[in-house]
Amino acid sequence: MNGAHDLGGMHGLGPINPEPEREEPLFHAEWEKRALGLTLTAGWLGQWNIDISRHARERQHPVTYLSNSYYENWLAGLETLLVEQGVVTPEELEQGKALEPTPESLTSKCAPASAVANILSSGGPCDLATEAPQHFKIGDKVRVIQFNPTGHTRAPRYVRGHIGSISDYHGSFILPDENSTGNKIGQHLYNVSFDGDMLWGPGNDSTIHVDLWQSYLEKA
Amino acid sequence: MGHDHPHDHTDPPSDPALRVKALESLLVEKGLVDPAAIDAIIETYETKVGPRNGAKVVARAWTDPAFKDLLLSDANTAINSMGYAGRQGEHMKVVENTNTRHNLVVCTLCSCYPWTVLGLPPVWYKSAPYRAQAVSDPKGVLAEFGTTLPQGSKISVWDSTSEMRFLVLPQRPEGTDDWSAEQLEDLVSRNSMIGVEVALTPTELKAIQAGEAS
Repeated sequence: MNGAHDLGGMHGLGPINPEPEREEPLFHAEWEKRALGLTLTAGWLGQWNIDISRHARERQHPVTYLSNSYYENWLAGLETLLVEQGVVTPEELEQGKALEPTPESLTSKCAPASAVANILSSGGPCDLATEAPQHFKIGDKVRVIQFNPTGHTRAPRYVRGHIGSISDYHGSFILPDENSTGNKIGQHLYNVSFDGDMLWGPGNDSTIHVDLWQSYLEKA
Repeated sequence: MGHDHPHDHTDPPSDPALRVKALESLLVEKGLVDPAAIDAIIETYETKVGPRNGAKVVARAWTDPAFKDLLLSDANTAINSMGYAGRQGEHMKVVENTNTRHNLVVCTLCSCYPWTVLGLPPVWYKSAPYRAQAVSDPKGVLAEFGTTLPQGSKISVWDSTSEMRFLVLPQRPEGTDDWSAEQLEDLVSRNSMIGVEVALTPTELKAIQAGEAS
């Protein structure tokens, strides 16, 4: 979707103002720690995947998305997912109190502290084989298709319609556009390099590398 | 609150600290979340998984040519062999800075970041200004970090749009030929592995250590 999250090239957002590396705390408030932990542990209930959760954050109203801090966006996304997936009711969320019984199929997935180290160090690989043929090889010129899906996608607006060249092939990976609707399919994933002046105009001599799935691309 | 209901976006947002507290007590009461598991997650990223992991990887690549070759050709095998693996590091690619090429990592669409080697991302990396500018004006970004590149060096920006996570292998600073990998680790800042800065020089490190000791 063309949401506020798709930020590449936007102007007017002000300076970056980085905190010096050696002075920046890992968290800026106690609640941020709990928001991180809740997002991870609730995710382990298995009621949504990474793309469903990204989409829950990015489809907030643009004013809200851009006004929120990072962990506020995580919190908003988590609240949305918990209600939409029926894990909690809107009334429970409002009151912060359990009003309905929780099915055993969910409580059985509650991760104990003893499982955390293993879950974090295992991670969740996202490669998934496909039998579809690979359309492009390294060095091929490709154009990113012009499209404006209203759902989740990982093709940023700033490369759509532009020509680049295949600089790497990563293998076959879960396609986010489908995964965000609960449909898990593998598709070939490429790294595509774009000349800075082609994307941004004369004088830009950088190269921009973007990972793009096969269905985002056509031969140029 | 979910955002599927119409409301005035000029309303001040409710206090996130209160919302998080209410949400945690709800999920704990419903038997869905173990608060000790949350503590364990926080402890992991406060004490075990952070940019010192990445600094060890870089320092080893600077001192062990066979490891460096493996790191650049098969980053996962190299990094996993040092015991760093898992969430947000499942699929890694390492990009090497040279005299003519400087690499910079961003995630314009959210905040993807190689947690296994760098830990949790800093606020600026997740901020809208960085995500907007890194792809369109990387030189301007480097300037804001006080980083200037040698004449003839061009920038490659890596936008993390898939589940591949990128780590920059900075150049080894001059004057460190007789340094051990362990000593070199101190020169590898987190920011140099994102690409907004270069590795510290021995002089810069000395100044920082003097400042911290005083």
